[in-house]
Parts: sequence; structure tokens; C-alpha cells
Amino acid sequence: MTDTRTTAAHGGAIGLHGIKKWFGTFQAVDNVSLDIRSNEFFTLLGPSGCGKTTLLRMIAGFELPTEGQVLLDGVDISRLLPNQRPVNTVFQNYALFPHLTVAENIGFGLKMLGKPKSEIDSVVKDMLKLVHLDGRGNNPVTQLSGGQQQRVALARALAPRPKVLLLDEPLSALDLKLRKSMQMELKRLQLETGITFVFVTHDQEEALTMSDRIAVMSTGTVRQVGSPWDIYDRPAERFVADFIGETNFLEAEVISVSGEKARVRLSSGAEINATYPEGITPKGKVTIVVRPEHARLGSSGSGMLEGVLDDIVYLGTDNHFHVKVDGGSTFIVRQQNAKSGHCGFSEQERVSIAINDDVAQILRD
Amino acid sequence: MVSPQDVSEQRQKKEIRDRWFLSAPALILILAASVGPLVIVLLYSFLAPGNYGDVKWEFSTEGWFNVLFSRDIFDDTVSLADAHFLIFWRSVKLAFATTIFCLIFGFPTAYFIATRAPHNRSLWLFLITIPFWTNMLIRTFAIQEVIRSEGIINTLLLKIGIISAPIQMMFTDFAIMLGMTYVFLPLMVLPLYASLEKLDFRLVEAGYDLYASRFGVLWRIVIPLVKPGIIAGSILVFVPALSSYVVPRVLGGGKNLMVGNLIELQFGQGRNWPLGAALSVTLVIIVLFAMLYYVRNASKSGGSAHG
Repeated sequence: MTDTRTTAAHGGAIGLHGIKKWFGTFQAVDNVSLDIRSNEFFTLLGPSGCGKTTLLRMIAGFELPTEGQVLLDGVDISRLLPNQRPVNTVFQNYALFPHLTVAENIGFGLKMLGKPKSEIDSVVKDMLKLVHLDGRGNNPVTQLSGGQQQRVALARALAPRPKVLLLDEPLSALDLKLRKSMQMELKRLQLETGITFVFVTHDQEEALTMSDRIAVMSTGTVRQVGSPWDIYDRPAERFVADFIGETNFLEAEVISVSGEKARVRLSSGAEINATYPEGITPKGKVTIVVRPEHARLGSSGSGMLEGVLDDIVYLGTDNHFHVKVDGGSTFIVRQQNAKSGHCGFSEQERVSIAINDDVAQILRD
Repeated sequence: MVSPQDVSEQRQKKEIRDRWFLSAPALILILAASVGPLVIVLLYSFLAPGNYGDVKWEFSTEGWFNVLFSRDIFDDTVSLADAHFLIFWRSVKLAFATTIFCLIFGFPTAYFIATRAPHNRSLWLFLITIPFWTNMLIRTFAIQEVIRSEGIINTLLLKIGIISAPIQMMFTDFAIMLGMTYVFLPLMVLPLYASLEKLDFRLVEAGYDLYASRFGVLWRIVIPLVKPGIIAGSILVFVPALSSYVVPRVLGGGKNLMVGNLIELQFGQGRNWPLGAALSVTLVIIVLFAMLYYVRNASKSGGSAHG
């Protein structure tokens, strides 16, 4: 295992430059440029059909970009065949070879690279240990459980020590509990091997949990790239804010801008500070977002927005309060149930909402 | 009192009875169409030949004796029946070669069809099966038209000047093999296609991803996974090729007999039905052993979990 760490200490950096991909008349990827750093856990997040898998397949070499370049450590690999790229894939359905044993599956890549048997055997042994499948080497893969097959697929892709590991929704077939533990497992493997991971998922929670950086995609384009914190707390546009987590959209008017913050006035007349995305200077009417957990519910007259408590949704750990704000829209407040018993509010009661300091974010138009 | 156990036992009995009842049509058909004729052939092989064909109803091993030995008509000396061995050997050889050639041509064909868009596949399959609609005799004569001395190939080559005299292709083993490969090719393509169609092509991608070359993917992933199709296709080609009658008759002429022709001869001009029956049974035994050997070997050399 030390072996794995030292030889693959430098994960490859991927550069995507102006990538476009057409399938007939359908454009799957539209002018995507991304820089994925070395040793990074990078996630492509988006709804199905957003082009994230196509992008991944172009890095792997299964699809060729119609336009643009794929760089690996600065070298153009756009036209190389999959078997010429030091990049391996963990497939969504694992794609394990059903006629081979666990060990034969894991050793397949090294065998194809012409490595001597002794080396293959020792790497396979290390890999089995790495994914906690010691002693299962001679089992047929068809007899393994879903989670075990998943780990074999991981080991198979890691065994040739690729510069970049591509993961195409690898956890989607697992049940919730297994998925949670595999998330931690993947993060651990990425840290231990030092390989750059490019992870494709439509599950925002998965993306937030594991990633160093996330690129949110929609209809073939990248909408925002940033750390999980950036993406969640500082969404740049409506799609990103809406796709990740629950959120409240409010109409507001910019009063003044100073440094990284702007002062905005809500429809109720209350004023709050809001951050705004890079590259714009907010002015006039804007939309701001406030996450449900960034607001507090209080008795009428104590906050910034007034309304009627429409609905209380009890979620065990939290309560969701759906407030019909005066003037029309619904605002959701999420509060943790720190104490047991009743939350202290009742439906149809008039309440007011207070928004925490420095949590609002102005959206790009 | 009826206990739940009794009820379930009764139900089980009824189920078994129903199963037999429901499968009766198939069983009767198998008995009448497969086992029955075989028993008759086996019975005839132990009878004495009649004077004008047919059989005399008396026990005789003469038929079986004649499979292996021939008795001189003048002095009754016994020698090995070389001609029979030669014909059996040629049949096995040609049937084997036909199977190999069908595999060589059939595999890429089936692969091609299996990798087309789903709505186009049926068209290609349809094209593959079209020759089946034509009488085999006519198709064989068509082959003759291509390869005979004044046929298309020789005329063309003579015209271009590559050869000065026509190449003798008719009435050779080559002609028989060519004809059989053509006639039996669909029998190879269809089961191969059935296997290839089920192949998960994501495994092919996984193979490329793990640095396998095109050949590596074919040899280590595709072929092991479609082995059931290869086995089925090979059996479907080898068995009828071994007992082929029309093709060697038309393209092999009178000289290059195969077992099928030899057997026909005994029931026709030879007027030795017991010998014909014994030869038929011998053929069945050869096929059985060849299949046993082939299937056992094919499944052994593959992966332990699959197939």
C-alpha cells in the first residue's frame, strides 16, 4: 500500500478547453472549460441529461469531443484511444467481467499492460486489502453483493495506478446505508492514493459530502464551479440555488454596494446585507436566496418578514415551517428540534421571520 | 383432520401429475420423431439384407461386420473396409473445416449485426435468412455455376489473363467445403447473434479502459462471454455438415463421397439396408462423441463461473 501511495503521489490535472459535443443534432456539451487540479476530488453535479456523463466519457476516451481539447498534465489527449490514456473508470453498473474471478478482474488492467505475474499478484493483494476484500480473490464476481462488487470495480480501476480515476455515478445502485459508508470509503481512498478523482453524480448530498470542488452542470454547460461551501452558501444563479438543497427566493432592491457586500431592501421594507457573485455589480431589483436554516421564526412583529404559518412539517431532527409571507410568496424556515416536545408555534398563527446576518446571496440574472 | 402438511403434499403430487400431463405433447413428439426412428434403424442394422433391398427378419451381425470389414466376393477373404474409413475420415475433416470457416465468416457477421441500431438488426437478420427460403438443391447448383470450369470465376480469370486454363474446382473437397460453408453459415450466425446481442457492450468499454487492445478485448472478454453461442453454432453446423448429402452429391461428384452419400448408396443401388442402418448408427455415435468431447472441452477452458 505504501507502494501505491508513493508511485501515484501525483494525480493528474485535467484541463478541458472549449469542449463541445454534438450527437447528431443534439448538443450534449456546450463549450465547457474546466480545470481539474491534481490530487483533487472533483465532482460534476447535475440533473440527468445535463452532459456530465458525456464529459466524463470524453475524459475517458469513449467519446471524442466535436470541438475542444482534453489535456492531461498539459498534454493534449483528446484523440487518444481509451487504452492509451492513463485514466481508469468506475462504471455506473460496475461492468465487472462476469467470467473472471475477483482477482482476475482487479489484475486485468495490469495484465493488459504486460506486467509480470509476480507484480500483478502483489498489487492485487494490496488492492484487495485496500478495499477490505482480503481472501475473496478467488471468488467469482457474480457471487458478490452489490457493495462488494462496487469495491471490486474500484480496486480494478485503481490497480493500474491511473493518474485520474473517473467515477460515473458509482453509488447510485447501492442502498442508503451502504452509500453513506461508501462515500467515506471513496474519500479515504482518494486521500490514501493521491489520485485525482473525477466523480459524476446527480445527488447533491453526495457531492457536498465528498468533493473538494464541484462543478454544477445544466443543459450541457457549467453553471458554477466552487467548493461545496461556495456552491451551497453562495450560489451564483437560480438553477444552482434551486438544484442544491432547499432554498427561499426573495425579491429585493439594492440600496448600496460596499466591498463584497450589498445592502438590499426586502419587500417588507426591512434591510439586510447580502453577498453577490463575482463579476457583477448588483443594482436595481434583484433576487436573493436565503437557505431555510438561515432564518428564525419568531412571534409576530419581531422579525423582518411577516406572515401566516401555513404548515408545520415534522422531520424528527428538524421542523419545517411553511410561512405564507404577506404579499404572496411562501418562505420555509428550518429549525432544529433541540428540545423535545412541541415547537411552540401552531398553524394559522401570525409569525415573523428573522434572517441571520450575512447569509443572503444575490443571484446573477 | 387434514393437516397443512397433507394439503401441501397433495398439492405437490398434483403439481407433478400436472407437469407430466402438460409436457405430454412434447414427450410424445420426441418419442415418435426422435427415439422411434432411431430404434427402427438400430433394429434394421441387426437384420439380414433382402434380395431386392428391404430386410429379412432374421438376426444377423453382417451389417455391422461390413462397416469395418469387406469380404471378397470370390474367395471370401476378409480385409478392412478402407473405403469406409476414408469416407468417414473425409466427412469428419470436411465437417470440421466447414465449422471453422463458418465461425470465421459468421462471427464478424453476427458481431456486425449485433452492433447495429436495434431497429436495423431485424433487417440484417432477415437478409441472413433469405437463402433459407430457396431450395438447398438450387442454391448448391448456383454454387456450381460459380466454380465450374466454364463458371463465373474461371471465365473471369481467363478473360483477365491470370490463368491460361480453367482451375478445376468442381468435384474436389474444396468445392464440398465451400458449398457446405455457404449453406450452413446462417446456422452459425443466428446463435452467435443471439449470444452477442445479450453481450453487455459496457464490458467492452471496460476492457478498453483497462488498456486491452482490440484483440485483447475480443479474446479475453467477447469470446469467453459468447462461448455458449459459439458452442451452439458449431454443433448446429458440424452435425448436419457431417451427414451432408446434397452438397457432396452435386459438388463432389461421384468420387468424393461423404457418409451421407455412402449411406444413401446402401439403401439405393447397394441394396444393403442393414449395412446402411449400421453406418447410420455409427454416424450417430461419432456425432455423440464429438459433441461430448467438444462441449466438455469448451466449458473447461473457459472461466469457472461462466457458461
